[in-house]
Amino acid sequence: MDKIYSALTQIVGEDYVSNRPEELFTYSKDLGTSPPQFPEYVAAPRTAEEVSRIVRMANQEKVAVVPLGGGMTLAGLALPLRGGIVLDLKRMDRIIELNEKARYVVIEAGASHGKLTAHLHKHAPHLMHSEPGAPPAATIGGNLAIHGQGDLAHPYGFNSDMLNGLEVVLPTGEICRFGSCAIGCAWYTLHPLPDLGLFLGWNGSTGIITKVSLRLFPCKKFREMDIFVVEDETLIPDVLFALTHVGMAEDLVAWSSAIPPFANELHHISINITGDSKEEMEFKRRQIFDIKLSKYIRDGVGAIGAVAQPSERPQISKSADWKKGGGFEYVGSIMPVAAYPECYRRGAEISTRHDIPYTVLGRVIGAAHGMMFSWSYAFNRADDRSVQHARDALHETDDLVMELGGTIWKPAVFGQQLLMSRMDPNTLQMMKKVKTMLDPNGIMNPGNWEVA
Amino acid sequence: MALAQYKYKDDIHRCFRCGYCKFPGDWSDVTNCPAYARFRMESYSTGGRLWLIRAWVNGELQWSEHLGRIVYACAACNNCVEKCPLSFSDDIVQMVVAAKNEMVELGLLPTPVKTYLQNVQLHGNPYGLAAKRRGEWMADLAVAPYDDQEFLLFVGSEGAYDSRAQQAARALALTLQAAGLSFGVLGKEETDDGNEVELLGEDGLAEMVAQQNIQTFQKKGVRKIVTFSPHAYNAFKAIYPKYGGRFEVWHYTQLLAQLMRKGAIKPAGAEAAKITFHDPCFLGRWHNEYKAPRQVLQAIPGVQLVEMARNKKSALCCGGGAGNAVIDLLGGSPDSPARIRAREAAATGAAVLAVACPNCLTMLEDAVKVEGLEDRLAVRDIAELIRP
Amino acid sequence: MFNLRFDENKCLACETHDCLTRCQYMAMDIPTAKAEMEKLIQGRESRVLHDCVTCYACEEYCPLGNHPFYLIVTRQEELDILPLPSPLIKRGVQMAIPFRGEPEIEPIAGRALNMGVFSMLVPHVQGRLFEDVTLMSTDSRKMFHYFCQLMYLHFGRTSVINERLEESIATIAAHGAREVIHFHDECYGTYASYAPAFGIDVPFKSVHLFEYLYERLGAMQDDIKPLNYKVAYQRPCSSRLSPDKHPFVDKLFDLIGVEHVQREFVDENALCCGSTIMGQRREGSRRFCLELQQKNIDDMKKAGAQLCVFNCPACMQTLGKPVADAGIMPIFMSDLCRLAIGEKSP
Repeated sequence: MDKIYSALTQIVGEDYVSNRPEELFTYSKDLGTSPPQFPEYVAAPRTAEEVSRIVRMANQEKVAVVPLGGGMTLAGLALPLRGGIVLDLKRMDRIIELNEKARYVVIEAGASHGKLTAHLHKHAPHLMHSEPGAPPAATIGGNLAIHGQGDLAHPYGFNSDMLNGLEVVLPTGEICRFGSCAIGCAWYTLHPLPDLGLFLGWNGSTGIITKVSLRLFPCKKFREMDIFVVEDETLIPDVLFALTHVGMAEDLVAWSSAIPPFANELHHISINITGDSKEEMEFKRRQIFDIKLSKYIRDGVGAIGAVAQPSERPQISKSADWKKGGGFEYVGSIMPVAAYPECYRRGAEISTRHDIPYTVLGRVIGAAHGMMFSWSYAFNRADDRSVQHARDALHETDDLVMELGGTIWKPAVFGQQLLMSRMDPNTLQMMKKVKTMLDPNGIMNPGNWEVA
Repeated sequence: MALAQYKYKDDIHRCFRCGYCKFPGDWSDVTNCPAYARFRMESYSTGGRLWLIRAWVNGELQWSEHLGRIVYACAACNNCVEKCPLSFSDDIVQMVVAAKNEMVELGLLPTPVKTYLQNVQLHGNPYGLAAKRRGEWMADLAVAPYDDQEFLLFVGSEGAYDSRAQQAARALALTLQAAGLSFGVLGKEETDDGNEVELLGEDGLAEMVAQQNIQTFQKKGVRKIVTFSPHAYNAFKAIYPKYGGRFEVWHYTQLLAQLMRKGAIKPAGAEAAKITFHDPCFLGRWHNEYKAPRQVLQAIPGVQLVEMARNKKSALCCGGGAGNAVIDLLGGSPDSPARIRAREAAATGAAVLAVACPNCLTMLEDAVKVEGLEDRLAVRDIAELIRP
Repeated sequence: MFNLRFDENKCLACETHDCLTRCQYMAMDIPTAKAEMEKLIQGRESRVLHDCVTCYACEEYCPLGNHPFYLIVTRQEELDILPLPSPLIKRGVQMAIPFRGEPEIEPIAGRALNMGVFSMLVPHVQGRLFEDVTLMSTDSRKMFHYFCQLMYLHFGRTSVINERLEESIATIAAHGAREVIHFHDECYGTYASYAPAFGIDVPFKSVHLFEYLYERLGAMQDDIKPLNYKVAYQRPCSSRLSPDKHPFVDKLFDLIGVEHVQREFVDENALCCGSTIMGQRREGSRRFCLELQQKNIDDMKKAGAQLCVFNCPACMQTLGKPVADAGIMPIFMSDLCRLAIGEKSP
C-alpha cells in the first residue's frame, strides 16, 4: 500500500484521507480562473497534533503540504502547485474560549466566519469580530494567512491587526505559540515578544495556523447602512477623508459597477452606522450628512442615496452569477485612498477591453491610511474564452496596481512574481532566509512567495 | 465520454461553490448538509458534488463506485435549496437527481442502490421482502380494507415492513380508529410509493409503481389519502399528478392536528414532560409544514416542547432521505448525521425525541443506541405519543 | 416630442391661486403666488422652482384642472433648477434601464392587474379578491418594461418620461387586456392624468386599484367580517393626480368596517412620506424630512390609529418601519381588504 496514504490514514483515520480521483479533482480547483493543480492526497485533520504528525511525515517523505481553509481566495493560493497533500483544515473548527470581559475569542483556525458570527450572536450579542468580504464559509485561519480585512477595517485596520495570539504548526512540525499564550497566560495580547509576525499574509508557506485568539469589538444594537452617492470620482478621496475625520462609521466602502445600470458611472459610498439607541444613530447621521457632507449636497454633486438599509451579517453575495456563469475573480490591492479615481478609470478601461461589465470597490482601512481596492471580473465557467478574458484582465490589473504605486493584496503567483521582481533585494533575501530556515525541505505550500 | 443529454448541462457550471449550501439558517455550522457533515470533504458538499457531476458529464472524470457513492450520498434534504442565494437554487437537488438518471440509464450504480431498485421492482419494497407479507403489520388489528371510506391510510413500505416503523404504523391506525375516522387500508394491494425510487434516478420504475398505485386508488374510488410517511406524502403531492393521479393528500400529523382541534382525539398524559421534535425533510423543507406536528405535540397534556438549535427550515436531516435509510451511505461514523442529531436532541435535555417519519424513526433510534443515549432519550413517532 | 397642455390664460385669470397658497411647504399669499405663477408661465426663475418638495399636491389644489405641478417640473428642467443633486438624478434615470431581456407578452383575455415596477409585491395581490384578473409584470427582471416613469416628476425630468412612456404603454397594450387595473396609483395617474396632459395616446382603459377593490368587495359583502380597527391612511403624492378616486379610500373603509381616524394631516392636507425629500438639495432637507415624518406619525398616534394603511410601495418603504416602531402596524390596502374576507396577508 502507498506509504504516505497509509501514514495519513493512521494519523487522521481512513474516512478523512483520500487519494481517489474524485477528491483529487475537487481539490485541484479553486473558484477563480486558476488552471487545475492536482494533489496526490487530501487529508482532513482534527487537531494541531495531527497536523504536526502529518507535517513531520511530509518532511521525511519530502512531499508538499498545502493548508486549505474555506478555499475562497479565488487566486489559487491553496492549490497544490507541486502536488503533495492538501490539508483541509475545516474539521478544526472548535470555539475554545470566549472571554467577554477581555473581549477575545480563542478559536480553531478551520472554523468558518459564519460559525463565529452565529456563536457571538447567540452567546455575546454585544460583541462582534470583523467579517471579511467573503462568504461565511471562509475560515478564520485562511483569512489571516492572506492578510484579510473586513467590515471593521475603518476603525480597527486589517483582520491580521486584530490578533491576540496564534498557534502555528511550523513547516518542520513543531507546534508553536505566539503572544501571551506562549508564556502560559490567557490569550489576551499578541504583543510584545514573542510576536514574530512570520505567518500572516504568507499563504501558509511558513507554517499552518491552527489556533487564533481574535479581538472582539463592541457590537451595537442598531446596525444600518446609509449610502452617499457622487458622480465625479475625483470627489471620492475627499469624501472619504471627511468621513474618516468624523469617525462615525463602522465600515466605509466606495463602489461602482456597470451592472446593474443604476450604479453605472456613479460612486456609492456605503456607510455602516451603528448605535445603541436611535439618538446615537441620529447624532452620527447629523455629524456625517448635515455637517461634514452638506456642502456636496448643497452644490448638487453629492447626495444621500439611501438611509437605514438593513446591514445583515454575514452578508450574502450573488455576484458570482452575474454572467450566469458561476465565476468571478478579482485583483485586490492595498492603495492610498487618493488613488481611487485613477483605479476606477483604468479599471473600467480594462473591463471594457475584455468585454466584462466593470465592478470596482474600495474599502477604507484605518483612518484612510489605505484602502483595499478591488477590480472584479466575472466569467462564464463553461466558456473557455470568457475565462481567458478574465485571466488576462486580472494580469493587466496586477500590472496596473504596480503602475499606480500600489501593492497587491493576496496576489496569485503571477502577482507574487511581479511584486518580488520589484522588491528591495535585501528584503527579498531576508524573505528567502526566513523561508529556508523555517522550511528547510521546501514542503510548505511550495510555489507561493518563492524567492528565486 | 460526454453525456449530451444531461438535463442541466447548460446550468450546472453556475454553481460557484461559495459554500452557503452547507449552513443552517443562522450560519452556526458548516454541517447542515448531511453528506458533508459525515465526510467533511469538499467532494461531498453540494457544491463539490455539482462540480464532480459536471466533470463526469463533460467527460473529464470517469464513473467509479466512489463517484456513485458521492452522488448517492445526497439525502435530498433540500437544505442546499433553502440556503443557495442564486437564481437556480430551486434546481440544485434536481441537478443531482438528473445525474442519477444518467447513472441508471448507463447501468452505473453503487451496489446498494442497485439492490434497492431491484427489490422495489421485484417485491414492491426496498427491503426485498415478499410482497405478500405487506399486510402483516396489522395482522392483529381490526383495520378495514379500503372500501369507499373517507380516507385511505397509505402505510408505505417502511410502515409495512420495518419492525420499528410497524409499531408506529399500528399506533397510528389505532389512534385514527379511536378518533372515529372513516378510513381503510390497501394491505397487499399497496406497493412502494416510489418517492425514493424517483430520487434514486430510476424514473421508469418510479412511474411504474406510481401508475400501479394510481390505478389501485382509482379503481377503488380513493379521493383522500392520509400518509404515514412524509416521503409518500411528497410522492402523492408532487410526483403522482405528473401521471394523472390527483388526490387530496394529508400527512397524518396534519390530520391529527385537525382531529384534535375538533375534539375527536383527546390524548392521554405525556410519556415525558420534555419532548424535542425532529422535522422530517419531506414535510418541512419540501412542503413547508412545520406547524402541524408541533400543534399535535403541544396538545398532549404535560408536554413541554423544546427545540433543538437547528430546527424547522434549518433542521439537520437524519441522513435517511433519497433511499439512504436503506442504502446507508452515510452511516458508520460518529459524524453520521443521525448520530449528530441524536446528540443534539440529547443536549436539549428532552427525554423524548419525537419524529413524524418512519425513516427518521429508525435512523434516529439506531443512532441513539450507538451513542449510548437510550437510557435518557427515547425515540418515538408522534403517532405513538398521541395514542389515547 | 410631447408638450404640456397648460392653459396660461385660465391660470392668469385665476383669483385664488390655490396651487401655491395652499401649498403645505411654501407659505405664500395670493399676490405673491400670482407673481410667481406669472414667472413660471413666462419661463423665468421663481423661488417655487427651488422650494418645491415635489409632493404633487398643487395638481389637486388647482380649481381649474390646469396642471401647475407639471408646469413646475417642466420649468425646473428647462432652467436647470433641479430638486435633487445630480448623482441622484443620474442614478434614478439609469435605474429604469431594462437589462435583463425582453418580457414575454402573454395575451390577456379579460382584465389585467399591472404590477408596474413592483413585481416583488405579487404576494400582496393573491386570494379571492384577485381571482378575476390576470397579473401583468410579475417578473422583477423584466419589470422596467412596464415602468410608468412618473417618478421622474421628482427629478425635474419630464423629458425622460416623455421619451420612454410610449414604450411602456406599447408593452402594456401588447397584452391586449380589455382593462388594466394598476397596482400602483402612480401608474393610474400616468395614464389617466399625465398622458392626456401631454397629449400621449393611451390605447387601454385604466382602472384604479381602489375602485377595483371596491367593486370586488361589493360583490362579496356576505363574506366580509368588519375588522373594527382604527386606521390612518398614508396618502401618496401620486394620489393627487387622481383626486376623483380618493373617495374610494373611505368607501373601502366603510365596507370592511374600519374607522378612519380623525386627524390633521388627512385628505387634501396629507403629508408627504418624505421619500424624495430626504435627498433633496435644499439646505436641511434630511432634518426637514425626519421632522415631517415625525409630525405625520405623531398625528396618527394622537388620533389613535392602530394600523397605517398604505397605497404606495415607496411610502411603505419609507414610512413602514418608523410607523411600526411607533406601534402602528403598516399594511397595504390590498392586504387589509383580504383580512376583511378572512384571508391572511403575507
